[in-house]
Amino acid sequence: MSDKILNRFDPEYQPAKLYEGYKSTILRAPSKPLVVIKQSLSELTGPIFGDMNIKPLDHDLTKNSVKNGEPMGERMVVHGKVINEKGQPIPHTLIEIWQANAAGRYVHKVDKHDAPLDPNFVGAGRCMTDAEGNYHFYTIKPGAYPWGNHPNAWRPNHIHLSLFGPNITTRLVTQMYFEGDPLLAYDPIFKSVSPKAREFMLAKFDMERTEPFYALAYRFDIILKGPNATPFESL
Amino acid sequence: MPQTPSQTVGPFFAYGLCPEQYAYDFTDLVDNQLVDPTTHPDPIMVVGKIYDGNNETIPDAMVELWQNDGEHKLFGRFGTGTDPENRFIFHTIKPKSVHGQAPFINVILFMRGQLIHSYTRLYFEDEGELNATDEVLNQVPEGRRKTLIAKKQGSVYELDIYMQGDRETVFFDL
Repeated sequence: MSDKILNRFDPEYQPAKLYEGYKSTILRAPSKPLVVIKQSLSELTGPIFGDMNIKPLDHDLTKNSVKNGEPMGERMVVHGKVINEKGQPIPHTLIEIWQANAAGRYVHKVDKHDAPLDPNFVGAGRCMTDAEGNYHFYTIKPGAYPWGNHPNAWRPNHIHLSLFGPNITTRLVTQMYFEGDPLLAYDPIFKSVSPKAREFMLAKFDMERTEPFYALAYRFDIILKGPNATPFESL
Repeated sequence: MPQTPSQTVGPFFAYGLCPEQYAYDFTDLVDNQLVDPTTHPDPIMVVGKIYDGNNETIPDAMVELWQNDGEHKLFGRFGTGTDPENRFIFHTIKPKSVHGQAPFINVILFMRGQLIHSYTRLYFEDEGELNATDEVLNQVPEGRRKTLIAKKQGSVYELDIYMQGDRETVFFDL
């Protein structure tokens, strides 16, 4: 085993495990300190996905579940670059995507929100970054979603994203929000990270990438852990 | 550059991340068969439940397994929402020892109520000798080591995960 460890999660930018404003953390957040270990072969590697894992319409949520027409809502293209903390691109890495429809309704069977399902929109997709770390996918702008965390609680518009990166230590599940959404100020999940970290979860409107007569564009860059290594000190 | 913050996987990940397991209209990329148990000569099952701070089973968690012993690199994923007892269930093989370490499987947990995922490891009860000398297990306080060691019954290894409390599972900072 090496005597270096890769970058750890940065507490200045990552949420604490327990954040009482988000009530579900109270019974589910680990309470004891994490044990710091040196990464072994298994942690220094991870699953590898390739373009062959991606179906032709997986990156287009406006088309990949059409039954009898186009999905309702505002069509958009989300694009950006996946990089590491040194700014180096992460090529050929998988991004998994899920979200509510334009009315703020999730396809999930447990979602009881009184808003319509869209027969032409499941809200699930996936894409790969290219050789330069760039990605894009097409979707419908998700609606705000009410939940039971506190009285009159609404989630801001958001898209869930899941990434792997080069090894299992770079695994990231996050949510992409929209610049200027008034609900951000009231959302405990968004506010579970420090104020300076929040801007790194905001997609920016991107006029240049807007596709005339077709789709608005938003840019969202994603920064994964790594690749710096620091000496391992036995605790 | 700062790290993009983690956010919870939320309650509704299934149709995006484990769609076929939950019978949604989207194809799976991965499932709980790290190997095909009907064709592999020596398959094992890995099962367990996840408990919250009230000792209730968690029905909306997602578990990922990754193992790499230099020969077999295997990855799987399963949600706890389809088994009647809210178990996670995987079909895999036991990894070999690497550089004298005890064999183990990396376990990654995601759930509503976790703003960031948790990493733990699954070790094997029938590897007593290697477990006793394993560098990582020896870093864990002795009284908590058993939270990482799966019990064997035939070809099934069972490990329950406790998020909090006296039996809280050891989670790692990777």
